[in-house]
Amino acid sequence: MTLTNLQKKLLNDFQRNFPLSTTPFADIAANLNVSENDVLQAFQDLNDKNFISRIGAIIPPNQIGVSTLAAISVPENELEKVAAKVSEFSEVNHNYERENAVNLWFVVIANNSIHLNNVIQAIEQKTGYNVLCFPLEKEFFIDLSFKMDFVNA
Amino acid sequence: MLDELDQKLLAQLSEGLPICSRPYLEIGTRLGISENDVIERLKQLQTNGIIKRFGVIVKHATVGYRANAMCVWQVPENQIDEIAAYLLKFSFVTLCYQRPTLSQWRYNLYCMIHGKDKETVNAQIAQINSNSQMRNFEHQILFSRKCFKQRGAIYRN
Repeated sequence: MTLTNLQKKLLNDFQRNFPLSTTPFADIAANLNVSENDVLQAFQDLNDKNFISRIGAIIPPNQIGVSTLAAISVPENELEKVAAKVSEFSEVNHNYERENAVNLWFVVIANNSIHLNNVIQAIEQKTGYNVLCFPLEKEFFIDLSFKMDFVNA
Repeated sequence: MLDELDQKLLAQLSEGLPICSRPYLEIGTRLGISENDVIERLKQLQTNGIIKRFGVIVKHATVGYRANAMCVWQVPENQIDEIAAYLLKFSFVTLCYQRPTLSQWRYNLYCMIHGKDKETVNAQIAQINSNSQMRNFEHQILFSRKCFKQRGAIYRN
């Protein structure tokens, strides 16, 4: 998969301070000396090819609502089925298999702690597995954006 | 703090800013508010620190950063701050959190490392472990194997 220079620039330079103007894509285009249509197409392509998750907002944990990292230990042959059940919850965002006996890791976000507990219980009921919860106690650092090294990528 | 409209606005954004000429107008139309209101509210949410960053959210795995390791350590409570500060000196450490322990999982310090491949990430972890104190803590490296879901959270009442 090859990226155009425009796409590389869009990926690297607009991870923060995305223009809050009536025509953000035209503003980016003017900045980069290309047409608005070029920028729209490049973004659409990045989106279609799954290079970007979305153009959106990063909200720190627990800034609105409450969240927790959670994990389940699932036998290999049950993993796909259990993961699909977990992903069905709209309160679940990231859901990953990781190389460990505790192998399914996901984040649950809810409006308040009662809602959060209810979702965890519902996940336990639906999957039949115990859910381990690891809510954030202290955050030492959060990376604001992710600089990509395209030369070596 | 957040009114109902802010919450609805963030829920719309969690699906991604529409890729069109007037995206804030489109979101405003869906919510029944003006384009200007959408823009002003987003500015306010950034000023208040509710939104930490607003922009392109890349999928690391697709752009060539295929290895993502969650590293966990079992560190004595009174050393956590010192060890976290040590970890954050490494530019490849992107997140560092303290989390509670459970009887089945006694690790309390977590960090994330994104790299181009497993080999690179393992070399980076070896760099962290070049400090003998780090090697002595119980630790595990959990590489991600499969991503089942990666999306913005949906805030709903």
